[in-house]
Amino acid sequence: MMRTPLYGVHRELGARFVEFAGWELPLRFRGIVAEHQAVRTRAGLFDVSHMGEIEIRGSRALEVCQELTTNDVARLRDGHVQYTLLCLPSGGVLDDVTLHRLASERYLFCVNAANTAKDLAWLSERARGRAEVIDRSAECAQLALQGPAATSILGRCTRAPVEQIRPFRFAMGEVSGVKAMLARTGYTGEDGWELYCRAADAVRLWHALLEAGSGDGLLPAGLGARDTLRIERGLCLYGHELDENTTPLEAGLDRFVYWEKEFVGREALLRQREARVTRRLVGVVLTESGGVPRPGYAILRDHEPVGAITSGAMSPTLGKAIGLGYARAACAQVGLAVRVQIRKRPVAAAIAEIPFYRRPFSGRERWNFQKT
Amino acid sequence: MEFPEDLKYTREHEWVLVEGSIATVGITDYAQEQLGDVVYVELPAVGDKVSREDAFGVVESVKAVSDVYAPVSGEVVEVNDDLTENPGMINEDPYGDGWFIKVEMSDPSELEELMSAEEYRAYVAEEEEGA
Repeated sequence: MMRTPLYGVHRELGARFVEFAGWELPLRFRGIVAEHQAVRTRAGLFDVSHMGEIEIRGSRALEVCQELTTNDVARLRDGHVQYTLLCLPSGGVLDDVTLHRLASERYLFCVNAANTAKDLAWLSERARGRAEVIDRSAECAQLALQGPAATSILGRCTRAPVEQIRPFRFAMGEVSGVKAMLARTGYTGEDGWELYCRAADAVRLWHALLEAGSGDGLLPAGLGARDTLRIERGLCLYGHELDENTTPLEAGLDRFVYWEKEFVGREALLRQREARVTRRLVGVVLTESGGVPRPGYAILRDHEPVGAITSGAMSPTLGKAIGLGYARAACAQVGLAVRVQIRKRPVAAAIAEIPFYRRPFSGRERWNFQKT
Repeated sequence: MEFPEDLKYTREHEWVLVEGSIATVGITDYAQEQLGDVVYVELPAVGDKVSREDAFGVVESVKAVSDVYAPVSGEVVEVNDDLTENPGMINEDPYGDGWFIKVEMSDPSELEELMSAEEYRAYVAEEEEGA
């Protein structure tokens, strides 16, 4: 199993580990619920060095990125990030990724660990003769500092103007003497940062951030909390809500599909848009006690299966059992009464709006957004 | 990690407290630590029959679903209904307020199959090494 440069540090902290996409990663430190709440109310620090980083560069890099992703890459300026999808000609999702414009001829994809090799092969093949594709995954570590206190903690460790960097923007800088790319992105539904640094600097950056945030209640956080946080926020996880047999339209990701350009999968997706999707990603909230919706559990309507759960959690923020799943399009109506088959019992539930949780918008942030 | 001396233990990490013909059953400190935050429990009803080594309940943590096995056979005479409202009690007090059920034993000789605190401690140490 692969290990991140922080494996030894996690072990010392008493983490419990879990296997994920061939990596041995911390599942939890203090406890999933405590870590989840720390991120919602203060801050949490995640080691996400398992994520893959792939650079595309050359004079035709933009053209290649446009062709291989669904979102509009031409809208990016240097220091901008966008969420986007790599699709197959069938319209199925090869991966969901973030794309950073480093310079006009240099782009950096952050990809799912489970898909790094597959993406690399796909991008290399498609870019052949037009752009250079470089795997940066091994040389690159990534820490996610997330939560309402994240920006002020980070601000104490860097001279980069973090208050002025808006969501989905990034800057190059130094954090506690470590060279890093500071991206205001995340996977938790809170304000926060994804910090990319050299693998050799990861331990130093980790300790510096934990120390800087010790007075703010910053906790190291594991994959368990990362999962419950993203589920509350309704964010897809590849392998659960997304795969090669699922399209962005079924997943409700239409806003990341830019139709006014050519891209791999466009024709299939156009056809699906015209014919209308037959199944949709839905949120489900249990309306009675009965357990936690887990992947594969059936969603029932009038005793008939109409879909299946793809992810679930007992939401620490809502105090309710929630799930994401796919259901027949006709059943994708918020408020519709359904049931989830949990073991032997069909438990009462309702289709719910995604996201389940949206963070309160702070006035201070708004002011900063306007200013920049 | 605690291993109270007055309890008996199973290989599936349940504990039993014997008082006369009544066995109180719960899951061990080690088990709750392995599970992490418990968010849901499913328990039998008073009057249900349970059989040794058969699942009588379910405990769900944030990440996992686990069956809970009966250490002894008999009839359920009391159920800790407080766990339904507050499953976190299993993490906070696994040998006290976190108990699951009380069973009127039908065959007390089954107790001989269970481990002592000392044996269970060694068993856990072995599991930890294997993990």
